[in-house]
Amino acid sequence: MWDYSEKVMDHYRNPRNVGKIDNADAIGEAGSLACGDSLKIYLKIKDGIVTDAKFQTFGCGSAVASSSILTEMIIGKSVEEVKKITNKDIADQLGGLPPEKMHCSVMGYEALEDALKNFDNMVDLDDLRNEKKEEKIVCTCFNVTENLIWDAIKQNGLKTVEEVTNYTKAGGACGKCKGLIQDIIDTYYKKEEESKKDEQTLSPAQKILKINKIIESQISPELQKDGGDITLVDIDGNKVLVKLRGKCSGCKNSHLTLKAFVESTLRETVDKNIDVIEVA
Amino acid sequence: MNLIYLDNNATTKVAPEVLDAMLPYFKEEYANPSSIYEFAKKANHAVKEARGVIKDFLNAESEKEIIFTSCGSESANTAIRGVLNMNKNKRHIITTKVEHPCVLNLYQTLEKEGYKVDYIGVNANGELDLAQLEEAINYDTALVSVMYANNETGVIFPIEKISEIIKSKNKETKFFVDAVQVAGKIPIDVQAAGIDLLGISGHKFHAPKGVGALYVNSKTLITPLIIGGHQEKGKRAGTENVPYIAGLAKAAELAIDSLNYEMTEVKRLRDKLETGIIKTIFNSRLNTGVTNRVPNTTNIGFEYIEGELILLHLSDLGICASSGSACTSGSLEPSHVLRAMNVPFTAIHGSIRWSLSRYTKESEIDYVLKVLPEIINKITALSPYQDELANLKRLRG
Repeated sequence: MWDYSEKVMDHYRNPRNVGKIDNADAIGEAGSLACGDSLKIYLKIKDGIVTDAKFQTFGCGSAVASSSILTEMIIGKSVEEVKKITNKDIADQLGGLPPEKMHCSVMGYEALEDALKNFDNMVDLDDLRNEKKEEKIVCTCFNVTENLIWDAIKQNGLKTVEEVTNYTKAGGACGKCKGLIQDIIDTYYKKEEESKKDEQTLSPAQKILKINKIIESQISPELQKDGGDITLVDIDGNKVLVKLRGKCSGCKNSHLTLKAFVESTLRETVDKNIDVIEVA
Repeated sequence: MNLIYLDNNATTKVAPEVLDAMLPYFKEEYANPSSIYEFAKKANHAVKEARGVIKDFLNAESEKEIIFTSCGSESANTAIRGVLNMNKNKRHIITTKVEHPCVLNLYQTLEKEGYKVDYIGVNANGELDLAQLEEAINYDTALVSVMYANNETGVIFPIEKISEIIKSKNKETKFFVDAVQVAGKIPIDVQAAGIDLLGISGHKFHAPKGVGALYVNSKTLITPLIIGGHQEKGKRAGTENVPYIAGLAKAAELAIDSLNYEMTEVKRLRDKLETGIIKTIFNSRLNTGVTNRVPNTTNIGFEYIEGELILLHLSDLGICASSGSACTSGSLEPSHVLRAMNVPFTAIHGSIRWSLSRYTKESEIDYVLKVLPEIINKITALSPYQDELANLKRLRG
């Protein structure tokens, strides 16, 4: 018997926002019938705000509860806020899930991510800033990608193969990919170690130089591809003041570009406390 | 809320008569049955009598062929390891793809130790491929190990036929039968069926958890799994668990008396439940053939919905059943038995096993039949596969 929280039980007994939105602005899917759980989420988005959300889930109690609470969490929120939701937030809102059931919260996160990707031709900024660009399948039994495993490790601080299996199902069937999962864990923590070292050793002047270099070599070229550009205006401690130019200025997604791409790139490469602020 | 317990293949309630039979050996008759003094006589006799009852229960030739163990897993481990240790020159084992995990995991361990193990498959009705079995037996086969009936589907394997096949191919090959799921449900006759070793577990037929038995015929030699004292003729060391052994014997006596009831009345209730569900719920399917099953078990798949959620809703109404779904067990893959039968993946995750006992009342079956359609409707409404469900309804409705 699972030790489900009261909240989980309430949500699978009385799921909220069940169904389909016929003219949805975004639809996201995760999982499959063959794998034993799948989820479809439908969003209605107006002026950057999620005005309605519905779901259909094939899965166990915690899968239904994760889907149900996710719709409650996103209705009324802005797309940018919604984009920040992680599987951990879903599990926390439910008052926790048994370790073996964490993959249900990850499925909610996956479906939401899928929906947002499909929304309004939004550029997939995540892929731009990630080095791991290809959707490499690690676990062929459950079709789990390297990206998903990476995100799960990052969002939940996973340390062992068993934890990764609990959160993503990867490695839960034939187990052949367990070595690969261990490699991903090792790579993740090696990278994290390196970035920590970098942070500690940077002097203020080095930091300014590094930010400038990243903007010139990594961020600017990507924006130029879409007909935009960026200029560094000033650096004040961890505040990085920038100006968006070309197609970026006045683009309705510019705020997203700034936060989801520019800021996260700088946070990942230079300092995790960096705030990027747009100046006119 | 009344409890409606339809998970008797998982465990059963201890019969009140069984508990009464055990109590004296917890209280006043606590002696070690091996002791020499008068005080130990009752404990000693209790074990002796119990051995006689189990001998009759299985129709063994002699009491000497009965070994008391702590559970079905111990019976199986003792039998399998015991036979292999006595036949060190043979390195081949045959079993089935649908054995209970307690046996399957042991065979996987033995593979790592260098044994070659063949796993015989089943058809869509859950019936064993006897031609494949016959072909697999060779001069090197030390052991064939087949369960009497499957715990998830209730499908009975043709034990007598299998024994004939084995003996016709290799007279030295030993035959172990895991009979945990049939004891108390159908008659067992180890002599008529040509069985060399057979294991049972008390808690599946109204004895408590923690006691089992192993039949080893007089022509079969085994080494002990637990080495120590002289108990059980040196085949299983450890002071006899007198109260539990007395309980096991009482449960076997009651089972013998109620075999007829099991095969008629329990079967009638099982059939009522089964046909009632299949008739009223359009996305349900029977996962086995209808014949050759233990009388208390049925396995029904509900398509495009998931089993754990069904069980949770049933549990809210006090109804206990079990599921072959992955989610229920915490493993990520659905039942190996249903996979071996190629149950379609639309139904495998929503498969529910219902297992009755002689304590199951008709009113309980009626209640399940009354509330289940609503539960299934509610869960079906959540499913992302509404188009597929609509198609299914058109086809079957």
